[in-house]
Amino acid sequence: MQGAGSCALHLLFDGANMYKYIIKRLLMLIPVLLGVAFVIFAIMNVAEGDPVYQVAGPDATEEQLEALREEMGLNGSLIQRYFRYIGNLLKGDLGTSYISKMDVMKLYFQRLPNTLKLASLAMLVAVLISVPLGIIAAVNQNSWKDTLAMILALIGLSMPNFWLGLLLMLLFALKLGWFPSGGSEGFISVVLPAVTVGVGLAALLTRTTRSSMLDVLRQDYLRTARAKGVTERKVIYYHALRNALIPIITIFGVQFSNVLGGSVLAETVFAWPGVGRLVVDAIDQRDIPTVTGALIMTTMLVTVVNLIVDIVYAYVDPRIKAQYTK
Amino acid sequence: MADNILEVRHLKKYFKTSRGMLHAVDDINFTLERKKTLGLVGESGCGKSTTGRAILRLLEPTSGEIIFEGKDLNKLSKTQMRHMRKDMQIIFQDPFSSLDPKKTVSQIIAEPIKENKIITDKLLREERVLELMETVGLAERYINTYPHELDGGRRQRIGIARALAMEPKLIVCDEPVSALDVSIQAQILNLLKDLQEKLGLTYIFITHDLSVVNHFSDDIAVMYLGQIVEKAPAEELFDNPIHPYTQALLSAIPIPELGHQRQRVALRGEITSPIEPPEECRFAKRCLMCNPEICKASVPVLMEVSPSHFVACPLKQKEMGLLK
Repeated sequence: MQGAGSCALHLLFDGANMYKYIIKRLLMLIPVLLGVAFVIFAIMNVAEGDPVYQVAGPDATEEQLEALREEMGLNGSLIQRYFRYIGNLLKGDLGTSYISKMDVMKLYFQRLPNTLKLASLAMLVAVLISVPLGIIAAVNQNSWKDTLAMILALIGLSMPNFWLGLLLMLLFALKLGWFPSGGSEGFISVVLPAVTVGVGLAALLTRTTRSSMLDVLRQDYLRTARAKGVTERKVIYYHALRNALIPIITIFGVQFSNVLGGSVLAETVFAWPGVGRLVVDAIDQRDIPTVTGALIMTTMLVTVVNLIVDIVYAYVDPRIKAQYTK
Repeated sequence: MADNILEVRHLKKYFKTSRGMLHAVDDINFTLERKKTLGLVGESGCGKSTTGRAILRLLEPTSGEIIFEGKDLNKLSKTQMRHMRKDMQIIFQDPFSSLDPKKTVSQIIAEPIKENKIITDKLLREERVLELMETVGLAERYINTYPHELDGGRRQRIGIARALAMEPKLIVCDEPVSALDVSIQAQILNLLKDLQEKLGLTYIFITHDLSVVNHFSDDIAVMYLGQIVEKAPAEELFDNPIHPYTQALLSAIPIPELGHQRQRVALRGEITSPIEPPEECRFAKRCLMCNPEICKASVPVLMEVSPSHFVACPLKQKEMGLLK
């Protein structure tokens, strides 16, 4: 029999089929991105106010405005501008920020590592809390453990993010002084924001884990496993959890996509320089190239995450893989 | 003296429901000789499967003794019981839902061997898996396939190979063929029969299909609403059914002959609820011969009416002078 590692490889690279599937999915990204870019572009176009006035100031003459419009690439119809933008995008150029006059691509990539750090750690916190809690709740359905887990999940779900952030900051930063209250100095400063975001995400994941496990725990093949003389622990972790993973991964993917777009509230509370704040600040300042660019980049990231989730499905469930390779 | 592998005494399994206790299995008694087959028949919901599962303690029995090779299983701890599973296995009814969809054929068959540390060497274990696959007639090429890629018959063969993996002495076959096509049913039944001869297995064969059980069993026990109403050697039961319920059941078997029609006993009336059932014959409400004075007086008990033929019908018992 194959070990877990070689089994994963075998599953992912079984013939050319899986490759074909991945390439097909990557190609499908192109129309999706073009569509998303158009929607974002159109919305930004409808947004109130002409950025040219903002940049030029109130005293500018009509000729100056016209020149500026040309310089900023704002002349021509929406369609013309859209295709110009896409052309530049293909060259890796997202334009220049109106405010900081910096390359938007550069601005985005300055913030991205911070967001990735926060997102991954928050998801880690969420999984570490929710999966064990969900399993305990499902295995002890309708007992006090189940009720307690569900109450915790409800609290996590209904507690406002920024408020939890403030509470954590009050305790761990001000009172105990274990973690800094903000900024981005090294690993230690990401802990509090990650916990803040993670706890909020854990709530939904706990509920998903619980309901998915409850469903699987009633399956006949678990009785088979018990009849084989498998220990209860292994029945739950080896047979039940693996079969319960698909909904958990789905929710995980959705949530991960969400935090990749930035967790604005947590980033604001903890002065964490992530993508979320970049976008929100840019919206405040009507910095359209930055907003458009950051949104398009985020879309790209989210579609890649979705693709990864789909590939993970195939690894987790051989029946899904069979569909891909048909 | 007969070599009894299993003795079940006063086995009960009740389920709590919102309307009271559901008596799924109510005071079942039987003994099973080694290398023999006991057929457990009855209609859906009569507690056949529950009995089978309670014997293996896949469901915790409410009370009673299950004496397997001299040991009372009900007194064993969970861990001790896990070790006993080596000797007693079960084949499930539905080969589609009883196999973990995320495990390959070889993983499914090897798991009990691995978990119970029967063969710890990986290569030897794989050899054993291949051997088992050959025993149940599964081609070697299926070793790395998943259950969803196979048809019902092959899946049930996996279920059988898995049950055989630990060389059990007793196998509970819980409707092993009812989910399969008729042509495949015959294959699987023949396989089970061959395995019994070759490996000296003892079976408890649970089914609602009387024509299957006739060819398969040495003894047959007929269950009705959680109780055994009649138990006899297979031939005797078919030739000389005594309990009105058994008679009705047997009259329902179709005869594969053109124009031939059997006088069918059609049952009427309301089925007694298994929830908090009254202290009377549970078949009384549907029985064509019921005499309320006798049948509703007390819960009937199994009595031996002729050698090895047990019946729990107070009316018949009275006729035969066994009951005053």
